[in-house]
Amino acid sequence: MSLILENVTHVVNGATHIDDITLELAPGSFNVLLGRTLAGKTTLMRLMAGLERPTRGRILMDGHDVTGISVRHRNVSMVYQQFINYPSLTVYENIASPLKLARVDKREIDRRVRETAEMLHIEHLLERYPLELSGGQQQRTAMGRALVKDADVILFDEPLVNLDYKLREEFREELRALFAARNCIAVYATTEPGEALALGGNAAVLHEGRLLQYGRTEDVYHRPRDILSAEMFSEPPINVVRGLVSGSEITFDRSVHFPLNDDLRTLIPGEYQFGVRASHLSLTPQADDDLELQVKVDLAEISGSETFLHVSNDLFHLVVHLAGVHEFEVDQRITVYFPTHKVYAFDRQGTVVHIPSRLAGV
Amino acid sequence: MNDKVRNNKAWWLILPMLLLVAFSAIIPLMTVVNYSVQDVFDAQTRYFTGTEWFVQMLNDPALQSALGRQFVFSLTILAIEVPLGIGIALLMPKKGWQASAVLILVTLPLLIPWNVVGSIWQIFTRGDIGLMGWSLRELGYSYNITRSPLDAWITIIIMDVWHWTPLIALLCYSGLRAIPEAYYQAARIDRASRWAIFRYIQLPKLTNVLVIGILLRFMHSFMIYAEPFVLTGGGPGSSTTFLSQALAIMATAQFDVGPSAAFSLIYFLIILLVSWVFYTAIMNMQKDKKERGA
Amino acid sequence: MAEIALKSLAHSYLATPGSPEDYAIREMTHVWQQGGAYALLGPSGCGKSTLLNIISGLLEPSSGEVLFDGQVVNALSPEHRNIAQVFQFPVVYDTMTVYDNLAFPLRNVGTSEDKVHERVLEVADVLELTPQLKRKAKNLSADEKQKVSMGRGLVRDDVSAILFDEPLTVIDPQLKWKLRRKLKEIHQRFNITMVYVTHDQLEASTFADKIAVMYEGQVVQFGTPRELFERPAHTFVGYFIGSPGMNLFDVRARDGEIVAGDTIIPLGRGIYDAVAKASSNNVKLGVRPEFVEVHVAPVEGGIEVTVDDIQDLGTYSILSLHLGDIALKARIDEDSPTPHNNAFIRFPDDRIGLYVDEFRVEIDHE
Repeated sequence: MSLILENVTHVVNGATHIDDITLELAPGSFNVLLGRTLAGKTTLMRLMAGLERPTRGRILMDGHDVTGISVRHRNVSMVYQQFINYPSLTVYENIASPLKLARVDKREIDRRVRETAEMLHIEHLLERYPLELSGGQQQRTAMGRALVKDADVILFDEPLVNLDYKLREEFREELRALFAARNCIAVYATTEPGEALALGGNAAVLHEGRLLQYGRTEDVYHRPRDILSAEMFSEPPINVVRGLVSGSEITFDRSVHFPLNDDLRTLIPGEYQFGVRASHLSLTPQADDDLELQVKVDLAEISGSETFLHVSNDLFHLVVHLAGVHEFEVDQRITVYFPTHKVYAFDRQGTVVHIPSRLAGV
Repeated sequence: MNDKVRNNKAWWLILPMLLLVAFSAIIPLMTVVNYSVQDVFDAQTRYFTGTEWFVQMLNDPALQSALGRQFVFSLTILAIEVPLGIGIALLMPKKGWQASAVLILVTLPLLIPWNVVGSIWQIFTRGDIGLMGWSLRELGYSYNITRSPLDAWITIIIMDVWHWTPLIALLCYSGLRAIPEAYYQAARIDRASRWAIFRYIQLPKLTNVLVIGILLRFMHSFMIYAEPFVLTGGGPGSSTTFLSQALAIMATAQFDVGPSAAFSLIYFLIILLVSWVFYTAIMNMQKDKKERGA
Repeated sequence: MAEIALKSLAHSYLATPGSPEDYAIREMTHVWQQGGAYALLGPSGCGKSTLLNIISGLLEPSSGEVLFDGQVVNALSPEHRNIAQVFQFPVVYDTMTVYDNLAFPLRNVGTSEDKVHERVLEVADVLELTPQLKRKAKNLSADEKQKVSMGRGLVRDDVSAILFDEPLTVIDPQLKWKLRRKLKEIHQRFNITMVYVTHDQLEASTFADKIAVMYEGQVVQFGTPRELFERPAHTFVGYFIGSPGMNLFDVRARDGEIVAGDTIIPLGRGIYDAVAKASSNNVKLGVRPEFVEVHVAPVEGGIEVTVDDIQDLGTYSILSLHLGDIALKARIDEDSPTPHNNAFIRFPDDRIGLYVDEFRVEIDHE
């Protein structure tokens, strides 16, 4: 089973929601659609499911054109943000419902429902009703309904948004394991870069209805094609600084100079945008050629085991991502070290022209 | 809005509904339109009269005064029922068995059929055996709805208020229940007075249900028939003869089919017009608010 | 301005509570000092909203006392406690302008219009709401509405504390950090006691100087974000704070060694003594994934583990490891060598916590 979108465009009332997307999903692959709200993730999924018909372009499943075929004749299932279950049916009946509709033999239904429930760790809840369950258990039930029918394509539309973060951690890990063993194509929409990385597989970065990049998740992260793709696939957002390369040095915002290192020597003179990941900035020098920047703290956001430091001076506005908990006062003055050998360079159009060799990944 | 997969088969699904509406509304209406432009003598003899009946009806003094009475009546009961309904809704308990008990008590009048309401009040107001009529006489007030137009009017208005205020109260009660508890908590913390809570939290959230309530009550009261017919028979004289009764007298008692058909249409258009004016006025008020705010 | 104290406070929604499980708040004594920025952190159902409602006066506790600056306020209703509250969903008076919304609490107590004007402009300036003052509150965006509801608390100069009930739930992710900064700024400028209730560790640790972590109706730890991370006082804090949470596993003392399952864990004498002395069978060691030392090749004191999975999270990776039957997580950064199939791990003595009956026991490292 493969799923191919060919030059798919979707226009609603004159507004282009999906703009000429071509995408090929391999059999058995796990695919993350990453993008902010309104990037077109949901629309793209609805097109894949057959809930909408593209304005232009074709959709092929296993080589067959299914563009005009409605959702009822495609073997797909979907899991939503909201925990959607039949409130008057038990968990067992909920999970069994797609099989009953398909008139599967009773004993076979029983076997598959129990197998699915076990996989999702809800085998002890089969006789309960959805509204008696916690949010996480309700979502497990909804996933059970999607998984039980052996769909060719399973679509997840931000399924973990309404769960608290401890449950999200568990779910992500389970999903990774679950789909490693399955043969169907999974498509998973999320707004969080961290979630995309945690799920692994392949990633498609979407922005304003366009597909910015598609590939193995780590590759897309480490080797962004352009500045937009790098910005969309980083949390906190990658720091971008304008600079001028001239002869043997780089000038940031006309005042901070530093000599070109071996890594960046290939850049021809001109204007560039330089990107550095928040987690590569640090409070202690990591290498001899690190650039020292005097800044003041705008806010230290602490997330249990990590610190996101928003800092600025007259020229820069940067976010520093530190492991561990570090406490700072607002407006405190500190020094930040900028690693010149971990810098991405983008030309004036935003296309990537330099990827630091140490970060190029696998 | 997303556009779904296009499929024109859906039109067939609404066909039965169209047929039903045709038989129940459109065809009878067309019959009335047909009568209104003809003079019918018997089954075979009829003449086309054009707008003659319409002109005659609009100039008929009896109907003009019935129309005037009708407006006075509708506006009076709205002026009483709306504030009273809101007041009752505010006083109703919010939870527990008391809430259910009061809810049932309040809505009881709504369950009584129109003509029965008329009969109840007809007996209630009789001077000899009616509790209200008898009591008023004993108190020294010569109460008589068959002789005093004022008595008749007041009685009909009280009857309508008794019968229909619960509808407004019920609508407002549901509107009030929909206000999240956080609003009241915030207001308490802001030390808002009872009046301020009503003015700035409750009333704004009631606007939508009130629009529905007022429209319903207006149309309803404009077509009132059974209750005054049973209670006063439109008297004394014609002092409580409202539009629908005037129309009924003409159509059934005098069998003037043409004029009464013309009058029916005029009547229908008045209700439509007033409702439309009222509805657009309120909608514009809300839109104004938004635009001024934006 | 006030110090808020809870004295032997307990609350149950049942008329005759029996077991400890019947209590939404188990007996606690707790002090929030004047001018502090505090958070109340816990999962849903831990009792944090109940506690908030008890402080604001919307709920009367079953037993114990609430004191504001030493005065018992149990019997006082919210309007008499001089407390402001910001709710999860913004509460604004729709038909009023932003100006009138901010002026409302002052006008309710008959403040002169000159004074109202002065205060409203001052607060609007701090909250960056000045351009919106003439707009109807109904047409504001969610973050602006939330600022208005905060502003209604700030205009009053008699407010002793502001309570926040998950105030950023409906705010756009991109705007959240700005509002968090605004909150900190306001706290520093107005010197008001603030208590922030949330289930989100980021919100709590960013806002508060000290966090009370609630679990099953009790405060299991009251400390700075750093203390919660480095020295969780309860296994729940270890699990709940940090992603992934702390590794926790059962251990026992056997023949002079600490044993987990069948594996000997080489640790210092101090830890062994503490494990051997423990009065309960429920003895756990806890170590954060960040502090697990991972080596590709055998090292002295290293324990061999199998590597089940590696999650590449961009600039660091999370390893899923197996030590016998025990599942562990370790965090390594991108510059460290990545192990395959098996690895060797060490637990630094000073980074390991001992938990007896789920509570932390301090260890004397000699």
